[in-house]
Amino acid sequence: MPKVTLRVNGREVSGEVEGRTLLVQFLRESLGMTGTHVGCDTSQCGACTVHVNGLQVKSCTTFAMDVDGAEVTTIEGMANADGSLSVIQQAFQDHHGLQCGFCTPGMVMAAAALLKDNPKPSEAEIRHHLEGNICRCTGYHNIVKAILAASGQDVSAIAAE
Amino acid sequence: MPKDGIGAATKRREDVRFLTGNGRYTDDINLRGQAYVWFVRSQVAHGKITKLDTSDAAKMPGVIRIFTGDDFAQVGGVPCGWQVTDRHGKPMLEPKHPVLAQGKVRYVGDAIAAVVAETEAQARDAAEALVVDIEELPAVIDMKAAVKAGSPLVHEDIGSNLCYDWGFVEENKAAVDAAFAKADHVTTLELVNNRLVPNAMEPRVAVGDYDFSTDHHTLYTTSQNPHVIRLLMGAFVLGIPEHKLRVVAPDVGGGFGSKIFHYIEEAFVTFAAKQLRRPVKWTAQRSESFITDAHGRDHVTKIELALSKDGTFQAIRTETYANMGAYLSTFAPSVPTWLHGTLMAGNYRTPLIYVNVKAVFTNTVPVDAYRGAGRPEATYQLERVIDKAARELKMDPIALRRKNFVTEFPYQTPVAVVYDTGNYNATMDKLSEMADLAGFEKRRAASAAKGRLRGLGVNCYIEACGIAPSHLVGQLGARAGLYESATVRVNATGNIVVMTGSHSHGQGHETAFPQVVADLIGIPAENVEIVHGDTANTPMGMGTYGSRSLAVGGSALVKATNKIISKAKKIAAHLLEASEEDIELKEGKFSVAGTDKSVDWGSVCLAAYVPHNYPLESLEPGLEETAFYDPSNFTYPAGAYACEVEVDPDTGKVTICSFAAADDFGNIVNPMIVEGQVHGGLGQGIGQALLEGAVYDENGQLLSGSYMDYAMPRADDVPFYKVDHSCQTPCTHNPLGVKGCGEAGAIGSPPAVVNAVIDALQRGGHDVTHIDMPLSPSRVWAAMNQA
Ligand code: FES
Ligand code: FES
Repeated sequence: MPKVTLRVNGREVSGEVEGRTLLVQFLRESLGMTGTHVGCDTSQCGACTVHVNGLQVKSCTTFAMDVDGAEVTTIEGMANADGSLSVIQQAFQDHHGLQCGFCTPGMVMAAAALLKDNPKPSEAEIRHHLEGNICRCTGYHNIVKAILAASGQDVSAIAAE
Repeated sequence: MPKDGIGAATKRREDVRFLTGNGRYTDDINLRGQAYVWFVRSQVAHGKITKLDTSDAAKMPGVIRIFTGDDFAQVGGVPCGWQVTDRHGKPMLEPKHPVLAQGKVRYVGDAIAAVVAETEAQARDAAEALVVDIEELPAVIDMKAAVKAGSPLVHEDIGSNLCYDWGFVEENKAAVDAAFAKADHVTTLELVNNRLVPNAMEPRVAVGDYDFSTDHHTLYTTSQNPHVIRLLMGAFVLGIPEHKLRVVAPDVGGGFGSKIFHYIEEAFVTFAAKQLRRPVKWTAQRSESFITDAHGRDHVTKIELALSKDGTFQAIRTETYANMGAYLSTFAPSVPTWLHGTLMAGNYRTPLIYVNVKAVFTNTVPVDAYRGAGRPEATYQLERVIDKAARELKMDPIALRRKNFVTEFPYQTPVAVVYDTGNYNATMDKLSEMADLAGFEKRRAASAAKGRLRGLGVNCYIEACGIAPSHLVGQLGARAGLYESATVRVNATGNIVVMTGSHSHGQGHETAFPQVVADLIGIPAENVEIVHGDTANTPMGMGTYGSRSLAVGGSALVKATNKIISKAKKIAAHLLEASEEDIELKEGKFSVAGTDKSVDWGSVCLAAYVPHNYPLESLEPGLEETAFYDPSNFTYPAGAYACEVEVDPDTGKVTICSFAAADDFGNIVNPMIVEGQVHGGLGQGIGQALLEGAVYDENGQLLSGSYMDYAMPRADDVPFYKVDHSCQTPCTHNPLGVKGCGEAGAIGSPPAVVNAVIDALQRGGHDVTHIDMPLSPSRVWAAMNQA
């Protein structure tokens, strides 16, 4: 079986994979990093979102072999170095941007990719960017609000606690 | 009161693990030596299995064993938890639901065989090699055709596709008919409550484990109620006594009802783990979820409302066909009956009501409770027919509602239930203010200037939550009690662990329940921790659904905590050499009334576990109490919702401009969590109204069987919502005065959206009185261009 070597959250890892092994399977099953989730089999839900070489990708639609040598960031790598929540993670907690937590890793990864390219997105830009991420719990209100807040924008006018 | 007690918008402690990838969902559990199962599922809706040849598949790499229906011939069927009695006093028809098909398949997705292999990929590959021949039979899909004489039968052995024909209240039928015969005005509406796929984002997963040295089974499963699964599966399917069966539902990624029910896959992995003496794991693919998770709604209804000339409601009569699918899912029979008929009074004084429901078997996925369960169906038909009546009588739809509001409580409805408290005018007043209803005309004109048709839809809702008084539901056919439990364990240094029978799968119990305990005792909430989801370390509880956790589980928590406090007071009295009646507990300190003598919480707890100075002759050491709470009534959250939409006349596309919800949930423990619950419900209700629909073709193929075809609401389909819960009429019969908030949004929002679209079209000069959900652009456009 072919072998792949990549850096996940700054740590070099390698393992044997089949041609059909998906990046998300490699992360969850070979590396035991279960923070990245699988919510569908048609590349629609975004629960599996990670960053590959800084770009937001769906790890359920990426073969592990294709990311040989790449730099991969997952939800496990998003907290600050001292273990505290990053600005985006903290905003999700502060604004109740998650309920069951299943979509959350994908939402945080999508938000991080958006804010990197567009540090002060509008509400419409955020909603548009989340097109590929489904949440069944929150009705999106507090996710959008959390991302606005994480970008440093004032959210006090948006209804809620 | 501690700063994070009842009423505080405390941030959720569970978030930290979810935000860092440290949640532990069922699919994250991998046991040493585990094998994987792949189910071979029927691709046709109805047929006889004429050949099932596993020989080639069994030789494929990695295959451990292939199970078929024969392996389950001696095993019980998956039971139904509620028996409905029909209009004539006859019990419903109840077909057997085998774990694996016994000679016949009844829906696309019905499990025929199960391949267990070393890896999931090997199991899947071998499943492809299995030979199944099915002689197709005509599919039963349309409910009205299904109950006509001569229709093919989903279950030949029960002789009919009509599960039951239910009348409620049957004794009122003649009086209702008479009221219609002499009514000034009758408004009639036929509508469909569209079939939905719950679509919790975490697909279902089950892992079975077996320890042969102790004959002990463990099932890890994505469940909202592990104790219920243990009882149903242990007692009815596999014959495993409770002390040999542990069911664990760890972090669960949303449920919305679909994870209440006992599914065949749970029984399969538990059974197979023992047969194979190794753990067996099943993880649903999303496409599998679409064809195996119980669906929701799917009612076809005719509703009639009789009114006097001045708009006073006189009588309501309905006839509903409710789809059961191919088998009875765990609570399916209760949804169109007791969770639907009892809500037909809504927020209004209608003296005479008769509800008829025909539950029908079809060759489709079983249908059961989905967020709201019966109550959205009741609310939708009622609030739509009221809007239509207002238009026919040329009355303002809000004024018509107000005219008929129940204003005096308790209120005995003509459909059995008694509303304990409420204030429907207050929520309507609040709604008018927050939605700026007075400013609508100006906004409409602005939309018109852009070439858009703007409409306003307003409606009310009421729901019955906190299910339920056990003696009552027992009379109504429930085969379970519906109490809830809590064990409060105070440790020696005063911190507390609470074991609850409720289950949290997004609702935030780990944060909100400690707020209650902390408040009662006066200690910081961070000193209280919640354990849930494991039958091995929680008292028997009925789990989380029907917005019941705080109203029922929270009440058990209060009861258990009060027992703790009462014992702690005895200990404090001993320590303070005072009489028990004089002891007061305030902010975590026991003091003797009228003196400065006091002892703190921690010292009392320590004395309970280090009983050196302790009244051992009259009091046991330790500080741990369990309580079970069985409610005396349902709770009745209610509210008023308003939606504004714009319709693009060229395409029929509907855009939600604003949505406002004024709810009365009684007292609130954590307002942040409550608002989140409403937001989520609104998202699902708007999804039902505009986007979602599980559509079967006439052959029983699910056409919308993936996220490509089933339109889930996305972030750009919905606006920021305005929600308010300041109108509070506390529940009169539970200790917290809470009512429940989990389903309100999904119940109240579909009629608001549809009322708004019809309003937009009417104002735009189109004489459209109804469009069935989902209000897709093509449906709206077609309606506009026909009228
Ligand atoms: S799991 Fe990757 S998009 Fe759904
Ligand atoms: S928080 Fe549950 S799916 Fe988003």
